[in-house]
Amino acid sequence: MEISQGRVQKQNNEMNETITKDVDKISVKIHDENTVNQKQVMIDTLAKFIDKIGKILPCDVMRALKKLRSEEEQPMAQVIYDSMFDNLDMACSLNRPACQDTGVIQFFVKVGTRFPLIDDIEEILNEAVVKATADAPLRHNVVETFDEKNTGTNTGKRAPYIDYELVSNSDSIEVEVYMAGGGCTLPGAAKVLMPSAGYEAIIEFVFDIMTSYGLNACPPLLVGIGVATSVETAAQLSKKALFRPIGSRNENEKAAELELKLEKGLNDLKLGPQGLTGSASVMGVHIENGGRHPSTIGVAVNVGCWAHRRGNITINSDMTYTTNSHMGVEL
Amino acid sequence: MKKKYLSTPITNEDLKDITAGDIVYLNGYLVTCRDVAHRRLIEYGRKLPVNIEGGAIFHAGPIVRPIEGEENKFEMVSIGPTTSMRMEKFEKEFIKETGVKLVIGKGGMGLKTQEACKEYKALHAVFPGGCAVLAATQVEEIEDAQWMDLGMPETLWVCRVKEFGPLIISIDTHGNNLFEENKVVFNQRKEKIVNELQQEVRYIK
Repeated sequence: MEISQGRVQKQNNEMNETITKDVDKISVKIHDENTVNQKQVMIDTLAKFIDKIGKILPCDVMRALKKLRSEEEQPMAQVIYDSMFDNLDMACSLNRPACQDTGVIQFFVKVGTRFPLIDDIEEILNEAVVKATADAPLRHNVVETFDEKNTGTNTGKRAPYIDYELVSNSDSIEVEVYMAGGGCTLPGAAKVLMPSAGYEAIIEFVFDIMTSYGLNACPPLLVGIGVATSVETAAQLSKKALFRPIGSRNENEKAAELELKLEKGLNDLKLGPQGLTGSASVMGVHIENGGRHPSTIGVAVNVGCWAHRRGNITINSDMTYTTNSHMGVEL
Repeated sequence: MKKKYLSTPITNEDLKDITAGDIVYLNGYLVTCRDVAHRRLIEYGRKLPVNIEGGAIFHAGPIVRPIEGEENKFEMVSIGPTTSMRMEKFEKEFIKETGVKLVIGKGGMGLKTQEACKEYKALHAVFPGGCAVLAATQVEEIEDAQWMDLGMPETLWVCRVKEFGPLIISIDTHGNNLFEENKVVFNQRKEKIVNELQQEVRYIK
C-alpha cells in the first residue's frame, strides 16, 4: 500500500510538473506574441511618424518662419518665402516630402530602463526606416562607404544613426527623429581651441561657417553650437542643440545671453533666404555646453536648414503615444 | 521684377539680356545631373548618355516612384536643388564639353564656373532650396532615365518641364556672380560684428 501510495504520489508529481511546464510554455508563447504585436505596432507608429515629419514642419519651426516672412522687406527674398510656403502647403495637400533630400535618418532616443521593448530598439528603428522609405516615399540616401553602393533601403552599416540615453525608473521611450539633408549637413564643423584663443575664437568660428558654407545650407538656418572639451563632445552637443524648441534658452545665464547676441549678430549679416540677401539670417541660435579640460575648448557647429525636419514622439509601455513636436498631427 | 522665360534648346542670343538677379522660368527639358555624373564625364572621360547641348541641367537628386502598370515609367514625387558648389571642381569643363546653357542648383558657384559662363555663354541659377514639391508639380513627365546604376539620387532623369521656377540668376554671361558679390558685403559686415561680439565674451579671467 505504502509502495503503491508512493507510486501514485510520484505520478501526481510528474503530472504536475508536466502541466506546469506546459503552462510555462503557453505563457512564454503568449508573451512572445505580445512582444511581436507590440514590436509591429511600434514599427508602424514610428514609420508613420518619420513619414509625417518629412511633410509637416514642427510647430515651433512654422512659427519662426512665419515671423521671418512677415518681417522680410526685400522683394527677391519675399518671392523666395512665397515659394517656401507654397511648397509647404503642397507637401501637405499632395502628401509628399517637402524637400527631396530626406537625409540619412538619425534617432536620439531616451529609453526607460523598464520599457518593455528595450531589447529590440535597434531592430524596430531599422524596420521603421525601411517601411517609411517605401511608404512616404523617402529618397534612397544610404551609400555604403568604401563599397560606394546605395543600399536602396536607407539602412546600412551604422545607419540609421542611433544615440541612446537611459532613463531610470521609466517604462516609456522618447524618440527624436532627425532628417537632415546634405546641404545643411555640409557646414558641420568641430575643432579644439587652445584656451588662449578663448571664447573670442568661438565667435569667429561660428561666423566664418555662416558666411561660407552657411550660405548654401538653405538659410534662414537654426544654428546649434556645442561648447565642451573635445571634438565629439562638442559635436554631439551642437546636434542636440538643434532639437531644442526654437527660442528656448540655455540654463546658464551667460550662455543664454550669448545665444541672443549671436542671433542678433548673425541676423545683422542679412544673409536672407537661400543666402541671396534679406532682412535676417537665422531662425535661432542654441548653445549646449559641458565641462572642459583646463587645456582645451572644444567647439562645434551644426546647422538646420529652414525646412528643419525633426520630430519628437513619446511611446508608452502600452504603445500609446504623444507627438510632442507636432501637436494635433494624426499618424 | 519682370518674369522672363527661357525654352530649350537655348541659344547664346537668348542669354544676352539676362543678368544676375533676374528671375527666369524654364520651358522644355531639364536633366538632373550631379556629383558622380560630373565625375564620370570629366575624370573618366565617359560620354554623357543624354545630349544636353543647348539644354539645362539641374543639380538635384529627386524622389521618384515607378508608375504602376507601366514599364520603366516614373513619377516625379519631390525634386529640389542640391548644393551647386560641390560641382565647382568639374563645372567649367562640363559646360565646355557638353554645351549646356543653363545650370540650376542651390547656393552659388565659384570663379571657374563664372569664367565658363562668360566664355562659353551659360547661366547658373538658383531654384529655392527645399521647395521640392513645388518643383515636382512643374515637371510634366519623366521622359527618360540614364545611368540608373547610380541609384535614385544620381540617375540622369530627363524631365519635360513647364514654367519651371522661380530661377534666380546667380551667374550671367557678362561675368556677374551674385553670390560672390554678396560675399564681399557679408564679409565686411562680419568683421565689424565679430569684433564687437568678441569684446563681450571674455569669460576666462
